[in-house]
Amino acid sequence: MRFTKSLMVTSALAILSGPALADMANEMTIVSWGGAYQKSQLKAYVEPYLAEHPEVTVVWDESSAEAVAKLRAMNEAGNITWDLVDVEAADSIRLCDEGLAMEVDFDESLAAAPDGTSASDDFGDSIVSDCFIPQIVFSTTVGYRTDMVPDGTEPPSDICALFDLDKYPGKRALNKRPLANVEWALLCDGVPKEEIYDVLATEEGQERALAKLGTIKDQVIWWTAGADTPQLLADGEIFMGSTYNGRLFSAIAEQNQPIGMLWDAEMLDFDGWVIPDGLPEDRLARVMDFLFFATDTQRLADQAAYISYGPARASSAPLVGKHAELGIEMAEHMPTDPANAKNVFVTQYAFWSDYRDDIDAKFQAWLAK
Amino acid sequence: MTDATHDTTARGKPGPMLAADGTPLKRSLARALRMQKIRALLLIAPLLLFVLVTFIAPIADMLFRSVENDIVANTLPDTVEELASWDGASGETPSEAVYQALYFDLFIAAEAKEHTKLGTRLNYEQTGISSLFRSTGRNLDDLGKDYQKTLKKIDKSWDDGAFWYALMSGEGGEEVLESHRLQYMQLIGQSPRSIISRFWCVIRGIFYKACPTALEDIDLNFTPSAEAAQMLPATVAAYSDFAVFTVLADGDVVAEEDPWEAVYAAFAQDLNAPGTVEKIQSYSGPGQAELLAVTENLADLPAPDFKTTFLDIDKDWGKIENWQTIKIYSPKYTSGYFLNSVDLMKTPEGIDARPENQRIYLKLFKRTLFMSLVITGSCILLGYPVAWILANLPARKANLLMILVLLPFWTSLLVRTSAWKIMLQQQGVINDTLVWLGLVADGNRLVMINNQFGTIVAMTHILLPFMILPMYSVMQTIPPTYLRAAKSLGATNWTAFWRVYFPQTVPGIGAGSILVFILSIGYYITPEIVGGTTGTFISNRIAYHISSSLNWGLAAALGTILLGVVLLLYWAYDRIVGIDNVKLG
Repeated sequence: MRFTKSLMVTSALAILSGPALADMANEMTIVSWGGAYQKSQLKAYVEPYLAEHPEVTVVWDESSAEAVAKLRAMNEAGNITWDLVDVEAADSIRLCDEGLAMEVDFDESLAAAPDGTSASDDFGDSIVSDCFIPQIVFSTTVGYRTDMVPDGTEPPSDICALFDLDKYPGKRALNKRPLANVEWALLCDGVPKEEIYDVLATEEGQERALAKLGTIKDQVIWWTAGADTPQLLADGEIFMGSTYNGRLFSAIAEQNQPIGMLWDAEMLDFDGWVIPDGLPEDRLARVMDFLFFATDTQRLADQAAYISYGPARASSAPLVGKHAELGIEMAEHMPTDPANAKNVFVTQYAFWSDYRDDIDAKFQAWLAK
Repeated sequence: MTDATHDTTARGKPGPMLAADGTPLKRSLARALRMQKIRALLLIAPLLLFVLVTFIAPIADMLFRSVENDIVANTLPDTVEELASWDGASGETPSEAVYQALYFDLFIAAEAKEHTKLGTRLNYEQTGISSLFRSTGRNLDDLGKDYQKTLKKIDKSWDDGAFWYALMSGEGGEEVLESHRLQYMQLIGQSPRSIISRFWCVIRGIFYKACPTALEDIDLNFTPSAEAAQMLPATVAAYSDFAVFTVLADGDVVAEEDPWEAVYAAFAQDLNAPGTVEKIQSYSGPGQAELLAVTENLADLPAPDFKTTFLDIDKDWGKIENWQTIKIYSPKYTSGYFLNSVDLMKTPEGIDARPENQRIYLKLFKRTLFMSLVITGSCILLGYPVAWILANLPARKANLLMILVLLPFWTSLLVRTSAWKIMLQQQGVINDTLVWLGLVADGNRLVMINNQFGTIVAMTHILLPFMILPMYSVMQTIPPTYLRAAKSLGATNWTAFWRVYFPQTVPGIGAGSILVFILSIGYYITPEIVGGTTGTFISNRIAYHISSSLNWGLAAALGTILLGVVLLLYWAYDRIVGIDNVKLG
């Protein structure tokens, strides 16, 4: 509508006039998750960008886990100290809805693919909200202790092994939030994959999912941080548990733990940038300049050399190379690799933005029972 | 002074005592005291002000959110007004007038991107409203676009912003415009600048830089014509919204911009209102010819059916529950958050219990209180002997022991909690030892973490210093001679302890208990890490609503209740034990 039109014109002007408008702030506060993921961002695009722009300094803030609440507080206080925030896709929708994140015109602000495909086509389905610039695809999947598989039994390869206590006895670790758990429960309770969200939208469907989870409830340790499951696996506390695929990769490839991965029915999700709404012009100009660089095809492919999360651009996939330190081919460790992605769920953001509070309330009440 | 006293006694009259300067002594004394009090107040004023501004005010503001609910009335002002006459329990969807008000309310809200905020707010009460508002906001243009096309076919001028401006502007319509400006300011959560903030702006302008012009002071360069408003009321209203938004939000000039789609929808509605055609025929102002041309083509411009439009966009607009939710939550203040925090809910028929499978808060409140009491109790049991030993050892040894008490105090909370994880888990140190000793079978290891037990153990450990320190400082002041005296008078060890020593330590126990109990009732990190499902506190749920679901109203209500419970217990403690009996040293 009118507003977006004028926004487009101004951003087009900004790009046309380019360096002439070089009124850019030289300090940028980037918010991320810390740990290996932040390191991959540092190596893949922040350090290369700083090499090109030595006048810029980057301040990291490891607050992504509380980004939504903090951005809202900053917005209410009228003092936004962050320039660029890394959040999960679901949070970006919330931020966009609350008017806390800025809407981005993909084709105007981001680099096209090397073959000329426009940015919006190249990012494709990963653009889950107007405010969200995706970086990586990650998945929630299940890892298990290879040395704890009962003798004479095949190692698990099906998601429903989670619910099969006879064949695979032992404790499980699952997320203390309903996401992924309820989908898996319904799938293993015989609901066809394409009907899962229709079923989950009904009261009976939600009860059915909880009832299925109830069959293993006393064997489950509920995790609240992605690092919990690899730790529990390494300690031998659990036989199998869900977590993010990158966490399992580092436990397996970097720490050589006897852990196997399921990939079956992995829950694909995106992580990416949002720009806080209401940045002053000079800071916004710097952020846009950085984003144009940091989300191009090569940079996203480079990130995969440091962490086993897939690039969000289609054009980056063929460029994924070897791990920077371990020297293993990374393509086969990507959640989007065809061999891994035979059976996937893509998180239904629209569904979850509606049902998250409702199902979470029921889920927590059920947990406390 | 002596003279003065002498004077009065000499005269034999029992007059008031006078000070040296002749004023009555009482008044003089009062003045001196008052001066002292003011001086004391001035001395603590910086701290008082600091605490007030940085601590009390934010807390009060946060707690206020537990009843605040003006977002519905601010975002959908006309809809709320129309809905007042709708009976939520009738089982029928609201009338066309409500849908019509909703269309124009939602249109400007969608332009200002405020509609999704409201969607999020209402989604806390009724699942599905969030995406309903989001998708509706995207599709509101379509209705007006059709009319726009038809009008353009009749005459090109209808697609021209300048023509519309000429048609709409004139004299006498200030009131209409100002009411729409006020509505827009409410929509984006801005109130007109108060005298205080205007004064502040003047000061700021002198010393720093001027405030931006207040929204209510910006010249819109547009005055609706009273004649047009009388002839085409809905159109002028929609155009005023458009004008306000164009200037205040986009910073553009009204005359140069093409009106948005809602104006066309409003125009079509006006045209089909009874009497409009006659009014147009007797109208002689700008756009007369174009208006007459339109009246001849009325068949192409049927009245908009707002209800059908909404139902086409999303059939959920026909769901009674959604409308009931909007109506229930339309007042500016709501008890809804508080009801939610005690597992109740608002329905059209009144207050009702929440469905069984959603009840959680009362349980968590009870659990929080119970576990805090247990933790306080175990801290007393474990801390008392330690404090006694500390108080009765020679100073050198006591200091060494004191360091041992304080050492964990200086270690990070997260580290201590994680250490307990390693100790207590099934493959952990304690279980390994028990299995090695043969006390527990390998296949039957104890479950000591991710449950209530784990939380109680870890929190008792973490809070123990808060219990030991006040007990220790009280015990230190008890002379050992008392015990000896008791025994020399024939008391047994137990009687001497229970009748003589223990009563004197009660103030220490009281202080420690209050500290530990109040700290543990609001504890968050430790239960989150080691609490599993049965050992989490209400604070974990508050944290979820603050940082994850963004339902700050509910979080504020839960927090207010928690604060109320603490104050109530404090009051009860004061009544039963007496707060004067609490000693920290």
